[in-house]
Amino acid sequence: MFRYIVRRLLQMILTFFGATFVVFALMFANQDDPIQALVGEKPISDTLRAELTERYHLDDGFLSQYWHYMSNLLTGDLGDSLTGREISEMLSSSWPVTVRLALMAIVIAAVIAIAAGVWSAIRRGGLFDNGTLMFTLLLLAMPVVVLAPVAQWIFGMELGWFPATASRNATFYALLLPAIVLACTVVATQLRVTRTSVVENLRADYVRTARAKGLAPRRVVWVHVLRNSLIPVITLIGVDLGVLMSGAIVTEDVFNIPGVGSKLAQGVRTEDGPLVVGFVSVLVIFFLVMNLVVDLLYAALDPRIRYE
Amino acid sequence: MTDIKAQVDVLPGLDPRAPLLQINDLHVEFRTRDGVAKAVNGASFWLNPGETLAILGESGCGKSVTAQAIMGILESPPGHITRGEVRYRGVDLLKLREDERRRVRANKIAMIFQDALSALNPVYTVGFQLAELFRAHRGMSRGDAKNRAIELLDQVHIPGARSRVNDYPHQFSGGMRQRVMIAMALALDPEVLIADEPTTALDVTVQAQIMGLLAELQRQRNMGLILITHDMGVVADVADRISVMYAGRVVEEAPVYDIYAAPGHPYTRALLESIPRLDLKGQQLTAIRGLPPALTDIPQGCAFNPRCGYAKEPCRQDPAPPAYAIAPRRTARCHFFREVLGD
Repeated sequence: MFRYIVRRLLQMILTFFGATFVVFALMFANQDDPIQALVGEKPISDTLRAELTERYHLDDGFLSQYWHYMSNLLTGDLGDSLTGREISEMLSSSWPVTVRLALMAIVIAAVIAIAAGVWSAIRRGGLFDNGTLMFTLLLLAMPVVVLAPVAQWIFGMELGWFPATASRNATFYALLLPAIVLACTVVATQLRVTRTSVVENLRADYVRTARAKGLAPRRVVWVHVLRNSLIPVITLIGVDLGVLMSGAIVTEDVFNIPGVGSKLAQGVRTEDGPLVVGFVSVLVIFFLVMNLVVDLLYAALDPRIRYE
Repeated sequence: MTDIKAQVDVLPGLDPRAPLLQINDLHVEFRTRDGVAKAVNGASFWLNPGETLAILGESGCGKSVTAQAIMGILESPPGHITRGEVRYRGVDLLKLREDERRRVRANKIAMIFQDALSALNPVYTVGFQLAELFRAHRGMSRGDAKNRAIELLDQVHIPGARSRVNDYPHQFSGGMRQRVMIAMALALDPEVLIADEPTTALDVTVQAQIMGLLAELQRQRNMGLILITHDMGVVADVADRISVMYAGRVVEEAPVYDIYAAPGHPYTRALLESIPRLDLKGQQLTAIRGLPPALTDIPQGCAFNPRCGYAKEPCRQDPAPPAYAIAPRRTARCHFFREVLGD
C-alpha cells in the first residue's frame, strides 16, 4: 500500500509537468499583446511598455520563459499576475470560498443522488422512478449558463428566498443557492449511476443470502447492497469534486462570487499568462490528489482490491 | 433488541407434535413478458426431525424454486405462489405476515446455497456476516456476536478460526467458503436446513468433506435436512428418503434403498440408468431422450410422457397421474408403475 502511494506520487510529478507545460504553451501561443490587454483601451508609452516587457521576460523565447516560470514555481513562488498582484495571494484569497462552494455542492448532490438513486432502484418502474428519470433528463439538458441566471432570478430576486449574490466571506446561507445550482450540474449523472448500480446489486446472490438470514429489508439494502453499489458512485463523486472546483466559472460569475473560477475567467480574458498557468497548476495538483484519494477509497470499500 | 427466538416459539397455531415441515400441493409460477412459467405444479412432501430428504431432479424441474418458496425469498414479482401450504409445526408459513415470516428464517428454517463465493457479500468480513445474525436476531453486542462467530467457524472445522474471522470471502478456498455458508445457516440453531446443491461448485474430495460435515452437524442437532441436488451419487450416501421432481411435481417419493433397488417411475429409472457404473464399463451410457419441457408449455397428462418408453394413451391426457401408493411409504405418479417396478 505504502509503495503504491509513493509510486502514484511520483507519477503525479510527471503529470504535473506535462499539464503545466501544455497550459503554458497554450497561453504562450494565444498571447496577442498582454500589455495592451492589461492597460485596456488606453494608449501606452514606449518606456512603460519596455519596462513591462523586461519585467515579464516577454521578449524571451518560449522555452526560456517556461524555464523562468517553472524555476520560480518550484521554489514556491507562483509569481506576479500582470496586474501586479501576487498570484499566491490571489489564490489564497479566492480559494476558500470556492472550496466551500464546491464541498457544499458535492454534499448536496451526493446525498440527493444516493438517496433518490437507491429509492428509485428499489421501486423501479414506479412513480418515483419515472419522476426522477424525467427530472434527471431535464437537468442533463439544462446547461448551467441557463440554470444559474434563471435560479438567481426566480429564487434570488422574484421570490427573494436567497441572496442574489455572494461575497468572499459569504455565509453558508448565501452560498446555498449557487451551491444548489452547481449541484444540479452533477447530481443527474450520480443519480443514474447509483440507480443502475443498486439495481444490478439487488439481483446478486448475496442479497438472496441476506434475505434468507431473516434480515429486515432496510438492512439488506442499506448495509449489504449499498456498500457494493457505492463503488462506482464514489469514483464519480471524486471526479465531480474536481470538476466543480474548476468548473464553477459560470456559477461564480453569475452570483458574483470572487472564487477561483471567476479569477481564472478574468485571467483568460485579459491574457494574463502567469495568472492562468498558476491557477491551473494548483487545480491540476488538486485533481491529481483527488484521483489518488478516490483510488484509496476504492480499496477501502472493496476489500478485493489490493494495491501492491 | 429482543430475543426473537422466544417470539417465534409463540407463533399462533404452533403445535410441537405436528410434522416438522410439510409441503402440500405447492404451486409457483413466474409471470414474465413471454408468458406464465409454471415452475412448481403441486409439489408435496414432508420432513421429520433428524431426517434427510433428497430432492432430486434436472435443472429447471423446480427444486430450487420450491426451496425459495419454503424460505419465502422468492423474487416477487415475477414469482408468485398461487396455491398450496408450507406448514412448519402446523403453522402455514404462507399465511404469516412478512415480519413474522422473517423471524422464522434462519431461526427455524435456514438455507445454504450453491456458489458460496457469490452467496457471501464480498465487501464484509465473514465475521461480520456471521455476527450480523446474532445482532439482528438475538440483540447481542458486537463483542459477544463476534465470539459466537468464532465458535461457529470452529464448529465447521475452519482452522485458525480466531484470525480467519476477520478475513473476507475471497480469501477463503471454495470448500472453506462453503463451510462459512454452513456456519451461517446453523448460527441460530434452525430445525430445518435446506441445502441447495451445496457441493455442486466443489471438486470431488471437497464434496465428500462438506457432505460429511453436514451429516455430522445434522446428527448433533437432530435437524431435518432437505438436500437439493441432481447428483444421484451424493444422494445414495446421505439421504433417508428421496423425492424425485419433474416439471414442478414430485413424481416419485421413496426410501432411498427402495428407489435404488427398484424405481417406481420411468423418470427415476431413466435417471438411475444414466449413472456411469463400473460393472458396465465399456458399454454405451444410457441417456434420457429429449429435453425437459419448457415451463411455459408443459405437456398434457404426465409431463414426462413425450420422453417415456412406457407411455400409452392415458399418459397423454389430463388429468395427470395421481400419486399412487405403490408400496408402504412409497408413492409414484405413473399409471404403469407395476410395469416399471417389474422391469
